[in-house]
Amino acid sequence: MNGEKITRIILIFAAAIIVLIAGGMAWSLLSGSIPAFKEFGLKFIISTDWNPTEGKEVYGALPFIAGTLLTSILALIICFPMAFSTSLFLGEYFKGKRVAGILGTLVDLLAGIPSIVYGLWGFYVLKPFIVHLGLNQNGLGIFTASLILAIMIIPYATSLSTEIISMVPRELKEAAYSLGATRREMIMNVTLPNASSGIVASYVLSLGRALGETMAVTMLIGNTNVIPKGIFSTGNTMASVIANQFGEAEGLKLSSLIAIGLLLFLITALINYIGKWVMKKLY
Amino acid sequence: MKKYLIILVVAAIAFTGCNQSSKKKSGSTGSDITLTAAGATFPMPFYNQIFSEYQKETGVQITYGGIGSGGGIRSLKDKVVDFGATDAYLSDKQEEEMPAPIVHMPTCMGAVVIAYNLPGIDSIKLDSSLMEGIFMGKITKWNDPLLQANNPGVDFPDMDISVVHRSDGSGTTFIFSDYMSKVSPSWNEQIGRGKSLNWPVGMGAKGNPGVAGTIGQTIGSIGYIGSEYAFAQDISFANLKNSSGKYIKPTAESISAAAKGEIPSDTRVMLTNSNDPQAYPISGFTWIILYKEQNYNGRSKEQAMATLKLLNWVLSPEAQKVTTKIHYSPLPQKAVELAKENLKSVTYDGKPLL
Repeated sequence: MNGEKITRIILIFAAAIIVLIAGGMAWSLLSGSIPAFKEFGLKFIISTDWNPTEGKEVYGALPFIAGTLLTSILALIICFPMAFSTSLFLGEYFKGKRVAGILGTLVDLLAGIPSIVYGLWGFYVLKPFIVHLGLNQNGLGIFTASLILAIMIIPYATSLSTEIISMVPRELKEAAYSLGATRREMIMNVTLPNASSGIVASYVLSLGRALGETMAVTMLIGNTNVIPKGIFSTGNTMASVIANQFGEAEGLKLSSLIAIGLLLFLITALINYIGKWVMKKLY
Repeated sequence: MKKYLIILVVAAIAFTGCNQSSKKKSGSTGSDITLTAAGATFPMPFYNQIFSEYQKETGVQITYGGIGSGGGIRSLKDKVVDFGATDAYLSDKQEEEMPAPIVHMPTCMGAVVIAYNLPGIDSIKLDSSLMEGIFMGKITKWNDPLLQANNPGVDFPDMDISVVHRSDGSGTTFIFSDYMSKVSPSWNEQIGRGKSLNWPVGMGAKGNPGVAGTIGQTIGSIGYIGSEYAFAQDISFANLKNSSGKYIKPTAESISAAAKGEIPSDTRVMLTNSNDPQAYPISGFTWIILYKEQNYNGRSKEQAMATLKLLNWVLSPEAQKVTTKIHYSPLPQKAVELAKENLKSVTYDGKPLL
């Protein structure tokens, strides 16, 4: 056997494993959630009841879907100005400079911090600060969780956007300059249109990360199983309720939690699909 | 590169070799028996402590996995452990679902304390109607006239009450809600009892550390915490009115007092709202569960004997003394006797082991 063949076999094998894992996950989520969907039907998705008391068991996923979408989208909105300006700073204005190298490393370091550390920092530093600002009495809720999520996804959005922005061909930029464009005009008219689809992709990826974050959110969101009344009230997310309740769950409750996992799986897939569609439109 | 690999492999083999020989040495008195158990997290620090002492004395290796009461029951059902541990006794239905008859044995006692964060207020008194008001969201202010009337001399602030409860399924929540269901008809009807509940108010936090941390960080908050965790913290908790009308502070003595009344012989009883006049009202047992017939899954008689000897030792004064040192409460004498009776009913091939 020659090297070419071996490489080919290894690659096919690796790809097959990925398909197997993803398929296996989808299958176990599907089969596990059947009892919940059998019991509640599609009402499971739009119901706001969550009552685990024996004899009165009713489960609905809407509070968690709402909490997940609200925190993730809010986090994306908060993260955008910071991540966007940082990526311009690194990929365009100070590209290749020492300061960009240092800042870039720092941003990447943010990605390496375990989420429990973000959670603890949020709990002991951010929460008292929110209370101090008078935003709400106990400092926990959708807004606090979104702030932490925003900080957690900054490195993902930033690094990817930076790569994309710095890949814009130099010839195009020089052409803009030769027509008398200022640097800002060049960025607005050449760099951003060129990099737009890649930048969108980086935010879609970050959103995916925010959707699935568990530990830090659990510590800051307040864990109330109702639809949040506003961004300063408490709520719960899909990942967080699974992490909280899975340990002691059995029967219908266990199946409902798995069904929530399945819904999260579908939402993430949907958002990725929308991201790809937007990218195609922009090109 | 290859050279290093070989050295590594040799070193690894040598290391495991040493390990084995040292194990044999320490196990010289109790042969090579290893006991496996899993279950409730509430008594885990107590079990870890006494099991390691037992291991030092006898050489019997014991591993305990704190995977939750539900996990403990499941593990015993699947016959992957020598015994399980649970904070809630098995209902008749659960016992029926087990593949063979099981025996309950209480090991120690704990309680649920009502912790709060009001700077400058060291002690408050709560009765069952105030508890219902606060935890069902009917009393929302600390300076509520009802709270004030029950605590003359306490200067309550004009502040919202933030209720903190468990966000994860927990035996602590079960004991708390069991007590509430006994003393409050409207709680019993609207919320009921369970390891997790449909809370009308408040926010959730994960585990005892999560609830204690949230209360510690939030002025004006109140919540419930397992006594074994609360006693180790610098946190203020409320005195509760018991069924005899006395306000009782949670202590090792007042918690143990809850088990001084009538107990059924199989020890399956919730001790909340005990009728003993000295009892703290939200107290309870934690149990170890095992099969009545120990010859299953090809277990040897030695293995069964080692299990029984260990459990018998857990009931000894020597082991029970450890409880108070690490913030649990000992079993009263009567409960110890009942537990021993239950252990004596355990058999191997139909013959009693003890």
